[in-house]
Amino acid sequence: MAGNGNKEKPAKKKIIPEKFPMPEQPPAERTRNFKEVPYGYDVETAVKEAARCLQCKKPVCIGGCPVEIDIPAFVKAIANEDFAEAIRVMKAYNNLPAVCGRVCPQEDQCEKVCVLAKKFEPVAIGRLERFIADYDYEHNVAPPTEIAAAKGKKVAVVGSGPAGLTAAGDLARMGYGVTLYEAFHATGGVLRYGIPEFRLPKAILDQEVEYVKSLGVKVECNMVIGKVFTIKELLGELGFEAAFIGTGAGLPRWMKVPGENLIGVYSANEWLTRINLMRAFEFPEYDTPIWAGKNVAVIGGGNTAMDSVRTALRMGAEKATIYYRRSEKEMPARNEEIHHAREEGVQFDFLVAPDRVLGTDDGWVRGMELCRMELGEPDESGRCRPVRCEGSQLEVECDMVVVAVGTYPNPIIPETTPELELTKWGTIKVDEETGMTSVPGVFAGGDIVTGGATVISAMGAGKQAARGVDAYLAGK
Amino acid sequence: MGFKILARDDITSESVRMVVAAPHIARKCEPGQFIILRLDDKGERIPLTIADFDRDAGTVTIIFQKVGKTTFHLATFREGDEISDFVGPLGRHLDLGRLGTVACLGGGLGIAPIYPKVRALKAGGNYVVSVIGARRKDLVILEEEMRAHSDEVFVTTDDGSYGLHGFVTDQLKLLLEEGRKFDTCLAVGPIPMMQAVCKLTAEHDLPTLVSLDTIMVDGTGMCGSCRVTVGGETKFTCVDGPVFDGHGVDWVEARGRQCRYVPQEKQALERFEKERGSK
Repeated sequence: MAGNGNKEKPAKKKIIPEKFPMPEQPPAERTRNFKEVPYGYDVETAVKEAARCLQCKKPVCIGGCPVEIDIPAFVKAIANEDFAEAIRVMKAYNNLPAVCGRVCPQEDQCEKVCVLAKKFEPVAIGRLERFIADYDYEHNVAPPTEIAAAKGKKVAVVGSGPAGLTAAGDLARMGYGVTLYEAFHATGGVLRYGIPEFRLPKAILDQEVEYVKSLGVKVECNMVIGKVFTIKELLGELGFEAAFIGTGAGLPRWMKVPGENLIGVYSANEWLTRINLMRAFEFPEYDTPIWAGKNVAVIGGGNTAMDSVRTALRMGAEKATIYYRRSEKEMPARNEEIHHAREEGVQFDFLVAPDRVLGTDDGWVRGMELCRMELGEPDESGRCRPVRCEGSQLEVECDMVVVAVGTYPNPIIPETTPELELTKWGTIKVDEETGMTSVPGVFAGGDIVTGGATVISAMGAGKQAARGVDAYLAGK
Repeated sequence: MGFKILARDDITSESVRMVVAAPHIARKCEPGQFIILRLDDKGERIPLTIADFDRDAGTVTIIFQKVGKTTFHLATFREGDEISDFVGPLGRHLDLGRLGTVACLGGGLGIAPIYPKVRALKAGGNYVVSVIGARRKDLVILEEEMRAHSDEVFVTTDDGSYGLHGFVTDQLKLLLEEGRKFDTCLAVGPIPMMQAVCKLTAEHDLPTLVSLDTIMVDGTGMCGSCRVTVGGETKFTCVDGPVFDGHGVDWVEARGRQCRYVPQEKQALERFEKERGSK
């Protein structure tokens, strides 16, 4: 209804109310492979979607982004088909756009505050981010990244997950000599071991890591900092002038119910690490074995639970069920993940929690005893606390259980760096402004500071700490 | 950039010793700790005890028995070859200190992990009585080294081809029945052996430490593949162990968990042997 009596503000262009859809692998097909689910926009669709942006004078979307990408600028460049400019703008803020375009919860960030979203669907900022990153990898249009003159100062970054990769990339661009230490044999942290191939292809991650290396970052794998070198040794005999700790929240949380050590009970970390990092889904071509159930129960309601349950289907489960102790509304997983899981045939059982895992005589899982829950008063997380309905116990059958109820911060560095101040949750205390810990010259960010959170918030913390390191070393 | 094998020898028909250049690990490691290795891009990560180390030379020695695909494959590596990934030192450093008279039992390949502990105990001023056992004489490893660092050494073989005809537990039982007093027992070997030792020492109120060799992936506390119940609590062998109070270990659970990939392990080994045979 263009020009419908609105004489003061004639609409300059017709608003397309919905995002252009992104084609996806059909559910029936994709549950039989590990290939990526959404295919991404083609050039034509991306340009049309970018043209939906209103180019607001005071863009609120930027404030919705933890790394403050100049969203209107990159979107406008796509609309103008100036892809080199679009990727230049993107990479000025974000070292890992192909990752963020895939795994960021845009619906809670930039797209949530998009002005279009007040009446219509927001601009598909995430899809456009993914488009421009993939376009650049395919066509190599980005101008070379500017790197400041070498400062002659060395900085150690510990952990090559989203926080570490971001801090390392930014510090290298500022002219620091950066060494990035990783405990595993491969970089990426949770992006490698946690997020499945069908959501973030490892070839994409490899490209992003290569980009960070191209900025001059030296990567050293197989280095468990805390064990092989302490933080003190990095700053002492190894000659680093500052260190950033981004070692994540890698420790699995258990339900603490009987039967949790039965064979067939996995932590989400073990289930996903065997498959994603070690590629057990390609056993015996790859050496790491895995045992995958036919009737799989996944406990938890976050993205890790969704990744675990969708992986179970791809590993041949005939039935895969999410058991969550609150209701659907409280589930922390992204809507897109829940939607994809439903499409693929995942079943959901809400307001229920395991009391015990039941085993066979020879120690394998055969089922669970569950207790129904109801929602009580909100707890400190703001969500309603689940309360047991006594007498409502029921038994369900399953042959495998994945426990995806959260993680704790990795304790190896705190334990071997006694001078670091911690919170009561075991996370590292930092200055909110600079990211510096209680130890001068030692910075931290990501899940080791916040507890389990998102990829992009970890990247935001890595970015902030890189600025903190720069300010600290400039004054030294 | 891998980790170079500087020396390699077959110490028995079933086990191999390798000296690997790993200066960072050699600089830091202590008795009781382990490494995790991965042979190549398609390899699995397996833990192996640090059997010996030389800080000056920057080397770590591993001893392994050919039991599965990875260990058979590793046995084909020669001097000068490189292992893709070699991570450590992992696990808690076992600070044994002054315990008094210590019985150290190593069963089969368990002699390799007990050897650095024996050495540390002896150096720490303890009286060390070592009991080492194997299926037959030619499978007894590190006898010379154990003799050099123990006050007494007893050898047992399952078939009686050397030393006492029987298990290490039989030898310990004899010693206990003779009235020998020990302050602590240390036992490393296959689960049935450690379980049997713990049953015996519990009857004699002899505190017993065991070192577990569980299935691991990361080795840094991330996955929980290596979890074990000790004293009613779940522990991770990789970060809480590998040494635990043997009398508290739930051996039935440990045994079941250790065997959970047997069919896959068999499949992988058969495939490997077929591939090698066709070359």
